[in-house]
Amino acid sequence: MKPILSYQDFVAGLKQNKLLGLRCRACGQVTAPPRATCPECRSFDLEILELSGRGRIETFTVIRVPPEPITEERTICLVKLEEGGQLMGSLLGVAPDEATMDLIAKPVRAGYRIDPQDILSGGERVGITFELV
Amino acid sequence: MREVAVVGVGMTRFARLPFSNVEMFSLAGREALEDASLSPGDIQALVCGNVFAVFEEGQSNLAPFVASDLGLDPVPATRVEGACASASLAIRQALLGVASGAYDLVMAGGTEKVLAMETPLATRTFAMGCDSRYEAATGITFPGVFGMVAHQYAHKYKLPLSSLKERMAAVAVQNHAHALNNPKAQFHKAITAEEVLTSPMIADPLQLYDCCPFTDGAAVVILASMDRARDLVKKPIRISGFGQGSAGPLYTQGDLTRVQAREHSARMAYKQAGRTPQDIDVCELHDCFTIAQIVATEGLGFFPYGQGSQAVLEGKTGMRGEVTVNPSGGLKAKGHPIGATGAAQVYEIVKQLRGEAGPRQVEGARVGITDTLGGDLMTCSNIILEA
Repeated sequence: MKPILSYQDFVAGLKQNKLLGLRCRACGQVTAPPRATCPECRSFDLEILELSGRGRIETFTVIRVPPEPITEERTICLVKLEEGGQLMGSLLGVAPDEATMDLIAKPVRAGYRIDPQDILSGGERVGITFELV
Repeated sequence: MREVAVVGVGMTRFARLPFSNVEMFSLAGREALEDASLSPGDIQALVCGNVFAVFEEGQSNLAPFVASDLGLDPVPATRVEGACASASLAIRQALLGVASGAYDLVMAGGTEKVLAMETPLATRTFAMGCDSRYEAATGITFPGVFGMVAHQYAHKYKLPLSSLKERMAAVAVQNHAHALNNPKAQFHKAITAEEVLTSPMIADPLQLYDCCPFTDGAAVVILASMDRARDLVKKPIRISGFGQGSAGPLYTQGDLTRVQAREHSARMAYKQAGRTPQDIDVCELHDCFTIAQIVATEGLGFFPYGQGSQAVLEGKTGMRGEVTVNPSGGLKAKGHPIGATGAAQVYEIVKQLRGEAGPRQVEGARVGITDTLGGDLMTCSNIILEA
């Protein structure tokens, strides 16, 4: 037995520049990142779907005290994907001091980055990134 | 289910303490036993909240270590973890044990030694409350979660961010003022809104004084069946409702200004107690960050959604307000040893309902509620107590 879309599959997809999500065959809801059940109707009947990577910023913050081993300030966003679901990611191309409330509702596209791992990260640290489009 | 009452409470000072997690729980446990005129041998089970003993002192399976130290063994001893809600979850498990008739007397509470971790490790471990793969891996930290809540709140209610930040600062000022009268509190220092608004930025828009501190400490309560409680103490404090709720990571929640885990938990507690938010005289809620207090007062039904921020300015949550919030000083000024906080909230409400809160006594307090939130808004527990 295995998850329909596992974290490992999701990361493998990112490394092929694909953002993978799940569509519920029972109700049609699309979601990312991977999970066992549909967040809308709780069905297990899910299928893998490749997403566009496009979405809009719902909210954000700027991390001024970074968590080890990251050393730089980052703007972290919650993005609502156009097909459904939300993803958290770091925002590229906007200086932390330029991150204002104007970011909310701006359209973005997803990518990924790999951060240094440590003994607490359970392996490679792959994080979603976003860029303004 | 049977009626359950609190017969004893105890807590250490919340501060930087030179004691282990076990030592702190035993100190608080002894105070609770003496408060109830009980001995260790009377306790039939222990439920102990703790989050990070593994990182703080390399200790796992904390509960039987506590049980042995306090002379409670060989009774059942269980550690419960729900991030910052751990002690409330521990108390709720204990409540279920007494209400079901399995036990007559249970000790529950929590302990935490956050300051054993230096700030970098504490920042790293607190971020474990977020999804480790899909959230923490992006570089989010725990204050960042509430930074997102604050920005979303300002956007949703079309409140200029600077206005929201002033209201958030007022929360910090009020909680520090309340703590001046709490000998167990970490801080006995009044602060001003200007100090809040000029403190270092931690995770936009939260500044240092918008954030609760790192703290060591333990708090313990002793629960009894109501029949047993009446034989034991003059003023048993009845627990009329106890709820709990869960939710997924931030990215599953949609509107972060409405904490679904709390809505479920509060509804459960109010329904069981046969109470409404308007019945509440005094509340100890989860102000891990100033914005969290504002959002909590709305989620608990004290103010309509979107109006919690102005309520602070209008004095509605002060010592003479419609509902006094955090007379202890809250997490912000009393301190937040994360595994212990829920039990310290019950400690305060019990003191208030017994009329033992001294200079921070809320006049005529008869119905109180505690509110503890764990992690990414993912776990919430509410306990309603009545004099």
